[in-house]
Amino acid sequence: MSRLSLAVHKFSSCDGCQLALLNAGKDFLELTRLMEIRHFAEAGILDNNAEVDIAIVEGSISTEADLPRIQAIRKHSKWLLTVGACATSGGLQALRNMHDSGQWMIDIYATPGSIDSLETATPISAHVPVDFEIWGCPITTEALLEALKSLMAGVSPIEHSDKLCIECKRRQQVCVMVTGARPCMGAVTRSGCGAICPRVGRACYGCYGPAENPNTASLANRFKGFGLMDDEITRRFWFINSAADGFRQEGETWDKK
Amino acid sequence: MGHQDFFLPLNKLQTLVDRVSAAGYQCYGPHIRDAAIVFAAFSSVEQWPVGVVDFQGPGEYRLESETSGRYFYWANGPQGLKPLTFFPEQDLWQSTRTADATVDFHAETGSPQKMAVFGVRSCDLAALALLDRHFLSESPADPYYRDGRERLLLIAVNCARSAATCFCHSTGDGPFAESGFDLCLTELEAGFLIVAGSDRGTELIDALRLRLAHKHELKQKREQFQIASRQQRKLDPVQVRFDLAQSIQSDAWQEIARDCLSCGNCTSVCPTCFCFSEMDRPALGGENSMRTRIWDSCFSHGHSYIHGVTIREETAPRYRQWLTHKFSTWVNQYGRSGCVGCGRCITWCPAGIDVIESIRQVSANTHE
Ligand code: SF4
Ligand code: SF4
Repeated sequence: MSRLSLAVHKFSSCDGCQLALLNAGKDFLELTRLMEIRHFAEAGILDNNAEVDIAIVEGSISTEADLPRIQAIRKHSKWLLTVGACATSGGLQALRNMHDSGQWMIDIYATPGSIDSLETATPISAHVPVDFEIWGCPITTEALLEALKSLMAGVSPIEHSDKLCIECKRRQQVCVMVTGARPCMGAVTRSGCGAICPRVGRACYGCYGPAENPNTASLANRFKGFGLMDDEITRRFWFINSAADGFRQEGETWDKK
Repeated sequence: MGHQDFFLPLNKLQTLVDRVSAAGYQCYGPHIRDAAIVFAAFSSVEQWPVGVVDFQGPGEYRLESETSGRYFYWANGPQGLKPLTFFPEQDLWQSTRTADATVDFHAETGSPQKMAVFGVRSCDLAALALLDRHFLSESPADPYYRDGRERLLLIAVNCARSAATCFCHSTGDGPFAESGFDLCLTELEAGFLIVAGSDRGTELIDALRLRLAHKHELKQKREQFQIASRQQRKLDPVQVRFDLAQSIQSDAWQEIARDCLSCGNCTSVCPTCFCFSEMDRPALGGENSMRTRIWDSCFSHGHSYIHGVTIREETAPRYRQWLTHKFSTWVNQYGRSGCVGCGRCITWCPAGIDVIESIRQVSANTHE
């Protein structure tokens, strides 16, 4: 097994996903033995332009300066992995894409003129080819290590696109939709989180993004049957991954009603 | 064994539990968790819910109190015995790199704790017989399933009441248990009738020194059977089998797929669904790797992934696979339908799809 090199880059994000690496604890130390980490600001290793085998990219593209930077990262890396909702779908901040973000700035900030940002927040894949995506807000350490292990072994990482329901039932969780008419997004959302919300009796809010073959229309109709207002349904779909295919359109459908 | 009913007064119920525990079994019984009846460990029957009734419908499960003061007036919860024998996640074997550059393989074994389950229903037992058939009847038997299975002591309860989703009487699997149990209880107003179904069960009854059931108690038992059977929905398994066998081109599949979320809840709660997938979980440095199997579903993308292609990309063929296998091709495979009429797939479908209605829809379409 050759020693692969790694860089961790950040764009607009909360830093929570790269923490998955630091939080790996002993495994992180082991990883520094197995891989050569050339850039990882959160861990104090700095070389922005390092040539690497694997670039882990967190965050969405939302400022002018991000544009050339992501191009350079793509050029300097063999495989590009996005981690988290921001990098993969645009994240929470992509909500501004559907509104007058200039007006938001004026409404919220004391000196909006000092903020330099694009009108939109977009996923990395809107700008450069992405080799593999890890969804979640935030991602888990296990998911990231699993992907790195696969790459070290010379195979493609496994795509976890099954619905959360399957994972939820594997954990013997009782369905919160069936017992409590709660608007759970699990049936259209990717697995991987361990069903943390249903396990504390809460409805999933879709932070892992759309699963494969998601029937968002049927689920939204069910929410309607539970008594949700149209705008509440929109918010269920738009909350974390509003720009993700499937969630975006379903949110729009109920936004227009 | 002699299927003879004895009378177990309420105050001897705990004695039975104590004897079972003393024989080395961890006792599992009804428990309310997350607004549903599940099986959980207990030591005293006082931990069992009393006077609880379940209201079930498509996509709906609700527990309420009632006044009979009975332990077993509810029909069923989200899981039968499946997770106790066919574990949702099971480590199979581990491979380890050795110093001389070879690989060692070793099976993950270990006998799970002996477990006695109180409150098992006839549909659960029928489902267990189907799982046994699948995992144990061909040689070599599945050792992981066998370990989960052989440790069980089963104390069944005849249903006093059916939920609105039940149809076990149609499938021939209930509402009373006929075999597959060690002991079977019938709850009456003032106690239980108890009958043995195995040598272990007979020993337990003998040790309790019970009297034989009286005539009027047996009459109550028969009446209970009538009531629970009458409360049920109907389905003709033979007709269904033939209708579904001719249904491949039916338009109904697309209609159902408009509602179906392809979420796999139905297959997860179904006590006879046994599909799994396997995965490798290597250590970070690659020095060893665990092979694990996990519950899968015919509603997942990977289920029909064969050599680079997913055959059932869309929901309609996935739903068709589930329904036609369970109710039709299962008969070719195992000699009977895969459905025991427990109604769980109806209740626990978050989209509220009713399997009996789906069958009607498909059959109507086939007859056109
Ligand atoms: S198909 Fe539905 S009713 Fe039949 S055994 Fe499975 S879960 Fe129960
Ligand atoms: S029938 Fe219901 S439970 Fe089964 S996959 Fe479809 S929506 Fe999910």
